[in-house]
Amino acid sequence: MSLISGPDTAPRSSASGRRGVLAPGVRYGLSRVLSAVGTFIFVILFNFFLFRLLPGDPISLYTRGRDVDPEIKRQLQARFNAPIAEQFFAYIRNPFVPELPSQRFSAPVWDVIGPRIWPTLLLVGTATVLATVFGVWLGIRSAWKRGQRFDKIATTVTLVLYSMPEFWFGMILLIVFSVGVFGIPGIFPVGGLSTPGVNIATFAGTADVAWHLALPVFTLTVIYLAEYSLVMRASLIDEMGADYLRTARAKGLREADVRRRHAVPNALLPTTTLIFLNLGFVVGGAITIEYVFSVAGLGSLTVLALRGPDIPLLQTLFLLFSAAVIIANLVADLLYARLDPRVRT
Amino acid sequence: MTSVSTRSIVWARRRRSWKQLGEQFRRSRTGILGLAIFVTFATLALAAPLLFDSSQLDVTKATGGVYESPTARYWLGTDDAGRNVLALVVWGARISLLVGLCATVLSMCIGTAVGIASGHFRGVIGGVLDRVIDWFLVIPFLPLAIVLATVLGKSLLNIIIVIGVTSWPATARLIRAQTLSVEGRPYLERAKALGSGDLHQMTRHVLPNVMPLVLANTTLAVSISILSETTLSFLGLGDPTAVSWGTILDDAFSTGAISAGAWWYLAAPGVCVVLVVLAFNLVGRALEDILDPREAPQ
Amino acid sequence: MTLLEFDDVSITYQARHGLVPAVRNLSLSLPLGQTLGIAGESGCGKTTLADSVLRLLPKSAQVSGHIRLDGEDVMAMSFGQLRAARWAKAAVVFQGAMHALNPVQRIETQLAEPILLHEDVGVQAARVRVGELLEQVGLPATRAGDYPHQLSGGQKQRVMIAMALACRPSLLIADEPTTALDVMVQAQVLDLLASLVRQFGLGVMLISHDLSVLAGACDRVAVMYAGRIVEEGAASDVFARPLHPYAKALAGAFPRIGDQAFRYAPAGLPGDPPFPGDLPPGCPLHPRCPIAVEACSTAEPLLSRYGDREAACHRVGEGLV
Repeated sequence: MSLISGPDTAPRSSASGRRGVLAPGVRYGLSRVLSAVGTFIFVILFNFFLFRLLPGDPISLYTRGRDVDPEIKRQLQARFNAPIAEQFFAYIRNPFVPELPSQRFSAPVWDVIGPRIWPTLLLVGTATVLATVFGVWLGIRSAWKRGQRFDKIATTVTLVLYSMPEFWFGMILLIVFSVGVFGIPGIFPVGGLSTPGVNIATFAGTADVAWHLALPVFTLTVIYLAEYSLVMRASLIDEMGADYLRTARAKGLREADVRRRHAVPNALLPTTTLIFLNLGFVVGGAITIEYVFSVAGLGSLTVLALRGPDIPLLQTLFLLFSAAVIIANLVADLLYARLDPRVRT
Repeated sequence: MTSVSTRSIVWARRRRSWKQLGEQFRRSRTGILGLAIFVTFATLALAAPLLFDSSQLDVTKATGGVYESPTARYWLGTDDAGRNVLALVVWGARISLLVGLCATVLSMCIGTAVGIASGHFRGVIGGVLDRVIDWFLVIPFLPLAIVLATVLGKSLLNIIIVIGVTSWPATARLIRAQTLSVEGRPYLERAKALGSGDLHQMTRHVLPNVMPLVLANTTLAVSISILSETTLSFLGLGDPTAVSWGTILDDAFSTGAISAGAWWYLAAPGVCVVLVVLAFNLVGRALEDILDPREAPQ
Repeated sequence: MTLLEFDDVSITYQARHGLVPAVRNLSLSLPLGQTLGIAGESGCGKTTLADSVLRLLPKSAQVSGHIRLDGEDVMAMSFGQLRAARWAKAAVVFQGAMHALNPVQRIETQLAEPILLHEDVGVQAARVRVGELLEQVGLPATRAGDYPHQLSGGQKQRVMIAMALACRPSLLIADEPTTALDVMVQAQVLDLLASLVRQFGLGVMLISHDLSVLAGACDRVAVMYAGRIVEEGAASDVFARPLHPYAKALAGAFPRIGDQAFRYAPAGLPGDPPFPGDLPPGCPLHPRCPIAVEACSTAEPLLSRYGDREAACHRVGEGLV
């Protein structure tokens, strides 16, 4: 039984007007994918031009401080003296595999990179998951108890951690827990992924890897979670002034439920975005921590490459890292669209 | 009757609001703490030549034993070449702070200019600038910095350039958002109607209004610059002739300070970095709180 | 049977620079089945009054006097009793429906929430009730799966009303339900409220700065200024023949087309309402009042009875106003 009827009951969503072929959600998704592809194309172009358009002899970059076979030097000269356009098309034909092999390892670049992917994924993946879970929890709790002792301590600690170079934190942990200091013995290995000779495919081998990765994962987790916690806290505090929370309270909900059912889900949206937006930070951490802990992953490979400098390797690693972050950002955009109905509908 | 120019009225008003900012800042305990820490380090850095003769940095003139733990003579012990770690750290403050501040100035100049321009110019220019900012934001910092530093070569100037060029986009994005909100205000429309050109609008109207935010952002940018310099120097991309906290850590790590248990050699430069970066973070957050306050707890 | 009673209530906020008295020695009563309007400009304390009924004020607010809902002192209730009373005894339709709804939850979830909380029913039964509620306010039950941003302002307001009725309260407090709505939609919302009152015998406290809205929709009206009631009486009386100069100005601010008398009524008062933390001495209206005399700046007038009406002005009794 309707007491009032009238034109006010018509639906207001955008589909009523100009009817596009695609739903708004799909349209958004496609635009993000195109944007990601465009960004990646720029990376490929950047990779090419950076090493060619610089002052000085590009060949010297390849031969700096190294004894190079004169035959190879002649080949390099021929390649670099060709017109830029010709070089560009040669590059474009396959931008993912550099024309030259890795200088340091004297092997094709992807042969060197391949086996190092899983250690990095394991290290960074574990740390990110742990940091997200604990960081978000800590941020919520701090915002919840804003101004109280828990919050003050938590915020101070996270601020200090946020101001700390992650590799330094790792080195301190190494000295304390691996080498042992002030008479306390070290219990963790000084580095590496596993004890030499141990087959990591076995159960004992997995435990060995876990023991080796404990400190580096801990270091990264703690550093990442500092940032995630600060972001979540700020996000929730922003949300706590919202009007719809007063409505929820007026309905008779307990304070904990008001937070849990209404404030936190809304606050998680900007937090998710901000976390993904800082993925470059995650990559940086991987590089330095793998170096400090001698973990044979992509990060430590990057440091080896820059010591050369091993240009083909460096270029490919740059491409790989950029691609990873671009894809992660794309996933974040699409995930956000799924979570926030205001974007989806 | 003397006429008061509009310019002087405007500047009087701006002086007042800066004074207000200063007063509110004074009330923030964490902000003052941050400022105090920075002033302490800046003083130490400037006074370095007076405190320790530069010969103490020379490996060939080192007087201590290898990896001596802290004693009354060497408050922070010695490094693997016998040098006084305290001297290294105090001298290191000069380069770390210098690079941090210069890189920030570079980054803020580029970032503010591009941010205001991209917010102000609609159409093709604005669109292109937007895309450039977004591109830089997506690319991960350290790989990009490594690639640039490798190509440019190892020098102090190059480090400053690398950090400046890789960190301006974050500022630009913030300034762009602020510009867009300022541009929506009526007085800017009035300025346009009165014939004010683009440059005039941007410098006389938009810039003064985004300045407070720029200030808060600058302090946070300094902390990022210092962390970046430390990281790049640690990886070996810094100037080999300069002593900064990052290069000290690089030396410590490469010469096996960890296995030798020389914790003082590692702890000292790191603690300095943490304190200075924390100081700037505290000041930046205090400024942000003043300029964009959130609801106080009830 | 008095549904809602304010007995010498004063509400003071704790601000950074001192105490701010938002409501001062206010007494009011609302019986079941009646609609009471509260009129006044922003800052006069009417929203504070509305929030106080269900204790939705910030923790730092100090409340003195008694607020009785169905005979029970709200301030003396335990938190459990209060939560049970919220929405089930009295419900609020908040100002600004745009932000009072959770933007990422569907309408049906938000409508069902109080039902599932207060009544011992299953999800299916709640869903059926949600459909009924939507139809009662004139929205098709199919809109239940929508999100708030998919609704227009008027539709959101109706959802807020439907939500308020979910647990069949005896008291409905509507805080500026028609502000920011088109005139046509305003009329629809007011008609809706009137028919709901008739159908369910609700008591309604209707808050608005628009006296003309209240004149048509309410039985009685109380005009607030600077935290106190300055005039109270039957709605049509207060609107047509206001006693207090402020009520006169409010009534005059909304002219009726065709009514000659309104062309000569004062169009409004100069200046702004006083900041509650910084009230002038004597009658708080005296700096703006067109008929203020010496006595007005020294002594605050008390609410005095004139037949069925009450007014707080030194000059009412003189027969000049």
